[in-house]
Amino acid sequence: MTSKTNDAIEVRNAVKRYGDFTALKRVSLTISDNEFFTLLGPSGCGKTTLLRMIAGFEDVTEGGIFLFGEEIEGLPPHKRPINTVFQNYALFPHMTVLDNVGFGLEMLGKSKSEARKRAGEVLEMVQLSQFSARKPSQLSGGQQQRVALARALAPRPKVLLLDEPLSALDLKLRKAMQIELKHLQKETGITFIFVTHDQEEALTMSDRVAVMSAGEVQQLGDARDIYERPRNMFVADFIGETNLLEVTVDRIEAGRAACHLGGGHRLTCDAVDGIGAGAKVHMSLRPERLFLSSAPTESESLKARVRENIFIGTDISTILDLDDGPEFRVRASNSSRGTSRVFEPGTEVFVNMEQGAARLLVD
Amino acid sequence: MAGGAATGGSSTSDTYAEARTWLLLPAWVTLGILVLAPVAIMLVYSFLTKEFRGGVIWEFSLGAYDQFFCNRGLFGDEPCSIEWTYIQIFWRSIWQAGAATLLSLAIGFPTAYFIATRPPRQRTLWVFLVTIPYWVNLLIRTVSMKFLLRDEGPLNDFLTGTGLLSEPLAIVNTNFAVQLGLFYSYLPFMVLPIYAAVERYNFALSEAASDLYAPRWTVLRRILLPSVKPGIIAGCILVFVPSLGSFLAPDLLGGARNFMIGSLIEEQFKGNAGNWPFGAAASMILLTMVLIILLIFARQQAKAEG
Repeated sequence: MTSKTNDAIEVRNAVKRYGDFTALKRVSLTISDNEFFTLLGPSGCGKTTLLRMIAGFEDVTEGGIFLFGEEIEGLPPHKRPINTVFQNYALFPHMTVLDNVGFGLEMLGKSKSEARKRAGEVLEMVQLSQFSARKPSQLSGGQQQRVALARALAPRPKVLLLDEPLSALDLKLRKAMQIELKHLQKETGITFIFVTHDQEEALTMSDRVAVMSAGEVQQLGDARDIYERPRNMFVADFIGETNLLEVTVDRIEAGRAACHLGGGHRLTCDAVDGIGAGAKVHMSLRPERLFLSSAPTESESLKARVRENIFIGTDISTILDLDDGPEFRVRASNSSRGTSRVFEPGTEVFVNMEQGAARLLVD
Repeated sequence: MAGGAATGGSSTSDTYAEARTWLLLPAWVTLGILVLAPVAIMLVYSFLTKEFRGGVIWEFSLGAYDQFFCNRGLFGDEPCSIEWTYIQIFWRSIWQAGAATLLSLAIGFPTAYFIATRPPRQRTLWVFLVTIPYWVNLLIRTVSMKFLLRDEGPLNDFLTGTGLLSEPLAIVNTNFAVQLGLFYSYLPFMVLPIYAAVERYNFALSEAASDLYAPRWTVLRRILLPSVKPGIIAGCILVFVPSLGSFLAPDLLGGARNFMIGSLIEEQFKGNAGNWPFGAAASMILLTMVLIILLIFARQQAKAEG
């Protein structure tokens, strides 16, 4: 394989068992050099276990892990050119900020003065130079987070692992750090592997995302892919808000699947590999890609009754009851230019969909 | 209280102040009766004149301190030259207690680390096991130790029986026997504070250090040890101080040549042969020395913290 050297990390058939419990069920994935890669999933999905296996804190029960084509499984953490930003930072409390950041370089055999010089540069990069003489306990949470980041970046690792590094920050700071991390990754050109349970964070920052659940990768792709073309129920439900409807596929023609749902409503959407005529499956309808009207705009508009409007600042979310069908949500931007207007509760309306709003899911 | 009113404290702060006085009373009484009063009595007695059958005569005298530090010849009429006997005993005591402390640290630290890294449910059991031998009276434990170590004891039977040694190892009546005895007497005082410190230690710090290319021993030296240092210092003080004044282990295991300060003091109060002011003076000197050592420790600690 010629492209081999372009893969920063390859996880090959990795299995992790703790006694009878299988935390990771045969995961394989490759992460390219310079990539911002995210492992996304709810707690207990195996994402942190996978990260810790790459760092060397956990051994691999079966399978292998490769760094630029070289097997690293079996190497202790201190022999892997990989650094980690820990969830609760794990800053050394008895050392100054400068010594924390210089620690890795010192361990790599750099002289104390050289380590300090480089540490100072990295601290400047994260705008913390003026705090270099302080102890970690004298810093705010956000500042500690930057020190942890600087400490992990200072030895110029080949891969940087980030274990939910933003989860302890408040919303505003978190948003600012998301952008900053993304820029830092571009600037340094280091491969970032980021672990989070926050889907919005994952979509904002990542080049590619692996959605994980129950020890398996459910879907791997770029943010758009995962959001707009979820492969299964789990991904559709976990990423963003969606309407999940039970449908029956009637027939497939020219790459389109004609379906019906309870109450005789008909819907047509793109066919998906592995779902044939007669299949009873779930369909995902993204609420922001639906709009309401007082008269049907197309043959497949769904007739419904407005139950409630919920104001969420940027958007207005409308809950509807489909005639003889399930509950339904439609989301419209809170703007006068919006395609959807707001209807009073009790009003009879029609739900129309944009191209690609509906998606069939493999269970 | 004018001060309280001036700072806007009004009646509530007065109530608090009053309550605080009452609530602190038991602490002050305990401290007074159990610490300050005995030390004061000892201090006073050390400056009194000795009564030949034990006890004191209420007459001011520097005789006890003079006897400790000054050699005035066989008949006590020569000018003062330094008396080395007691200073030597002191020096030996410090040395013995120091060695016992290091021994306790060498065994106690790995033990404490082991316990603190067990699953939480097992830890209580291990702590319990460590303390079990200490339910037996110290005297009995020390005597048993002597039986274990003596020339015809199980240890030497084993060493000669297996052919490892041809002659029994003479341990009893050596400095080492005393160190072993002190070590065994006070080991839990080393294990427990270190255990408490290691248990609180955030092991993610060790992971972070090894992630930053530190090999295992460096992680121990640069990260773990500094983090649990307060526990180690507490353990060392708790072993060193009672070892310094101990008399059971030196008496039973050390024999006459390995006399320690505790035995010297003990003798002054035993039977009719004693010299109470001299015993009190020796105790005061011991107390002063311990305080100085602790102060040096504290000073260095404060300096290290910056």
